[in-house]
Amino acid sequence: MAGTAYWLVKLRNLFAVVMLSGIYSLFAAVLYVVMDAVDVAFTEAAVGAGISTVLMLGTLAMTADEEKVHKKPSPFALVLVLVTGGVLVYGTFDMPRYGDINAPIHQHVANRYIEKSGHEVGPPNIVTSVLASYRGFDTLGETAVVFTAAIGVLVIIGRSKGSTMPGSINARRRREDEDANQAENEAAPKDEETPS
Amino acid sequence: MMIEKVLLRVIAKLLIPLILLFALYVQFHGDFGPGGGFQAGVIFAVAFILYALIFGVRVARKTISSAVSRTILALGVLLYGGTGIVTMLLGGEFLNYNVLAQTHYGGQHLGIFLVELGVGMTVTGAMITIFYTFSGHSSNELPFRKGDHS
Repeated sequence: MAGTAYWLVKLRNLFAVVMLSGIYSLFAAVLYVVMDAVDVAFTEAAVGAGISTVLMLGTLAMTADEEKVHKKPSPFALVLVLVTGGVLVYGTFDMPRYGDINAPIHQHVANRYIEKSGHEVGPPNIVTSVLASYRGFDTLGETAVVFTAAIGVLVIIGRSKGSTMPGSINARRRREDEDANQAENEAAPKDEETPS
Repeated sequence: MMIEKVLLRVIAKLLIPLILLFALYVQFHGDFGPGGGFQAGVIFAVAFILYALIFGVRVARKTISSAVSRTILALGVLLYGGTGIVTMLLGGEFLNYNVLAQTHYGGQHLGIFLVELGVGMTVTGAMITIFYTFSGHSSNELPFRKGDHS
């Protein structure tokens, strides 16, 4: 996992970086399974390793697949990263040991979920009970976040597909695109960039 | 443009129904095993994205058009919020499923079912919408042309 992270930072070819980040997510998913968080591992594998990779590749197709080389690295950025990292590591010193029974997370509401969710809610999977019933309002918020993300993408880059009216500029532009593609396909299918 | 690879197309055709079935299993079995709306939504969307990658985005749009994916996206949130409104109308608090059925077990079961379905629909809609938007932006082609060295 650390090796993957190292090469993620080191490599300049963004195509390889996207692939590595997918692999990194898969490692993270395995780590979650080891820690008995099957639901989280499931999500990580599906979203992190699956969808993100596809979307990042889509982004690469739109932009460039080589990272720009910065001539002189800024010392301020290095200091900022070191300080932030240091503070984060310092923050973990106060955390209870993994699996510690006296940790606050095992003392607060977890006991109630474990003991009473079968009676109060029903499903044998406590994670589902907590997500959908006890914390139903939070999950509504999360759903709204997903919704907002999709709307955001649509608003920023989705305008060329919205209208299907035959006379509109967008439809005309798309038709031209398709014609161009067709011509290109007929000529010779080769790897070349179409500037958009 | 369709990838001229027989093997890929045959395997994808075999896999896609299984992926869809697995998504439904994850969706409706989330009460008993790992999984739930989020994961099921992603898996369901992955089936269509795989289809779009192999057979081309334009063919995939005939299966699920942008309008349909956006409708699913919005309906999911509406279903979730609507469940909350219905529980309020039935005299409970927002998203208190106990009032949805005769027994509170039944109510909870129905409520969780509806809410997870809402989440699943939203995630499916969002993923497909985002994918379509990304892939349809620069051209109507696959987003992989530069990476695809084969």
